Amino acid sequence: MTTRGEALRHVAVPAPDALPRLLAGVRDDRRPVSLAEHLDREGSPPVGRGGGAHAELIELVCASGLSGRGGGAFPTGQKLRAVAEQGRNPIVLVNGVEGELISSKDHVLLAQVPHLVLDGAAVAAAAIGAREAIVAIGAGLTRGYAAIETAIAEREHRRVDRVSFRLVRAPDRFVAGDETALVNFVDGGPAKPTFTPPRPYERGIRGIATLVQNVETVANLALLARFGPRWFRALGTAKEPGTVLVTLGGAVRRPGVYEIPLGLPLRELVVWAGGPSAPIRAYLIGGYFGTWVAAAEADALALLDSDLRTVGASLGARAIVALAETSCGIVETARVARYLADESAGQCGPCVRGLDAVATALAQLATGKQSQPRLQRWLENVSGRGACRHPDGAAHFIASALHVFADEAAQHAAGSCSGSDGPVLTVARKRRRVE
Amino acid sequence: MSVRLRVNPILCDGHGLCAELFPERIALDDWGYPIIDHSPIGSKEESHARRAVDACPTLALALVPASAPRPSASAEGGE
Ligand SMILES: Cc1cc2nc3c(=O)[nH]c(=O)nc-3n(C[C@H](O)[C@H](O)[C@H](O)COP(=O)(O)O)c2cc1C
Ligand code: SF4
Ligand code: SF4
Repeated sequence: MTTRGEALRHVAVPAPDALPRLLAGVRDDRRPVSLAEHLDREGSPPVGRGGGAHAELIELVCASGLSGRGGGAFPTGQKLRAVAEQGRNPIVLVNGVEGELISSKDHVLLAQVPHLVLDGAAVAAAAIGAREAIVAIGAGLTRGYAAIETAIAEREHRRVDRVSFRLVRAPDRFVAGDETALVNFVDGGPAKPTFTPPRPYERGIRGIATLVQNVETVANLALLARFGPRWFRALGTAKEPGTVLVTLGGAVRRPGVYEIPLGLPLRELVVWAGGPSAPIRAYLIGGYFGTWVAAAEADALALLDSDLRTVGASLGARAIVALAETSCGIVETARVARYLADESAGQCGPCVRGLDAVATALAQLATGKQSQPRLQRWLENVSGRGACRHPDGAAHFIASALHVFADEAAQHAAGSCSGSDGPVLTVARKRRRVE
Repeated sequence: MSVRLRVNPILCDGHGLCAELFPERIALDDWGYPIIDHSPIGSKEESHARRAVDACPTLALALVPASAPRPSASAEGGE
């Protein structure tokens, strides 16, 4: 497998335990890395213009233990295999919606190392025998969109890829990043989820089996195809190998996107970010479908699903926010609950009515009005009752707040609030991105 | 082959008719939408289940093999 039209360029394999990996090429001025710069650093793209599906690539991904970086952590090799088994000419759909407002990691990859993302999409396409790869980017990620557009033009000019790329601007809505919503949108429909089955891997774009993979997942494929599964496994743990990008925000001195080996203690990550900027009350781990964890408990945790599970959490979308003691977890959660209710795609009764009722009950609690005795039951009732997991994620997040901030909730019911800070968790469509 | 009930929440508009016809397996939430018991349905109850399915005016309710993945029940929707 070689690229046509230019000599194959080899580079030394980077030390397997060196960090960063995905962000190694990032320029000091944060401008997108050009094709020439990218090839100088990473060597020739790991797949060229040879045809057919490459089962050996799927084996390699299976051996690596890579799992999806879009929130679900599904084994990537298994998904590649499932799509490949569906038949000829499947489609690759790179999910760059990044609907999670407090996450910036996909935008960092798209805007700064676009060729790593496209290399990875080409690897995925080669693995399953796809001729078409679509990159869907959230409308708010304008620098990422521009960088990928330029990168595709550079690659077409130099005939780097066998697969042909198409770029799509996806609506900047939370639910638009659900894979069935994205497929629906690319097919000309609204960016709303569809009932499953069928899942996109069975029947996706134009009814064709579609591999939907997060931007960071495909960026990993680009390195994995070059350097192999053993290299990949040198960081992280045996069960959860590799590195992940974490967007850390809130009360830390240097908020931003950090590439960490899976298993890094949360305490250590906060040190990387310059330490706390104020005493911390709790952490939100995993974005707006994530889990609040009290600071005392969180400090001892390793950033690893197996460890986070012990406190009912998971890495999810890998956005983490440190909440200062001077902020109120109930007020913060109530604001996001309303946002999530409003972001419902408006299709399923339990999600539309249930999340609205829950958000209203939380707003009452936040403003010290009478508490709603049915809130707990509603939270249980919305889970698993929509076409997608939006209500499940929202309910999990809110339930964790009621648990971790139980004292604060009681205080609110009695008419007082200990928070004095301004809003921390953003709900503005116009993102305040930390990069 | 044993079966279970499944509702498509996008199609369902909360008539609640199904819960009236098959209260053993279908309850209603506070907004009138069906909460389905997903466990397998025995042959004795199957005719009740079928009656509820047939009565649904939006074709939202279906009988599926008990082994069919539950919508949004597993991390990746049963891949
Ligand atoms: C409401 C909702 C929103 C989602 N938003 C995103 C998103 O913005 N980006 C993303 O990659 N995955 C998102 N997902 C997960 C996708 O459905 C899908 O699992 C993922 O893109 C698969 O890629 P991966 O296996 O590489 O992680 C979302 C899921 C749900 C239920
Ligand atoms: S569960 Fe909610 S967000 Fe998901 S499809 Fe139904 S209405 Fe839309
Ligand atoms: S009868 Fe059909 S539409 Fe009515 S509540 Fe039951 S499933 Fe929904």
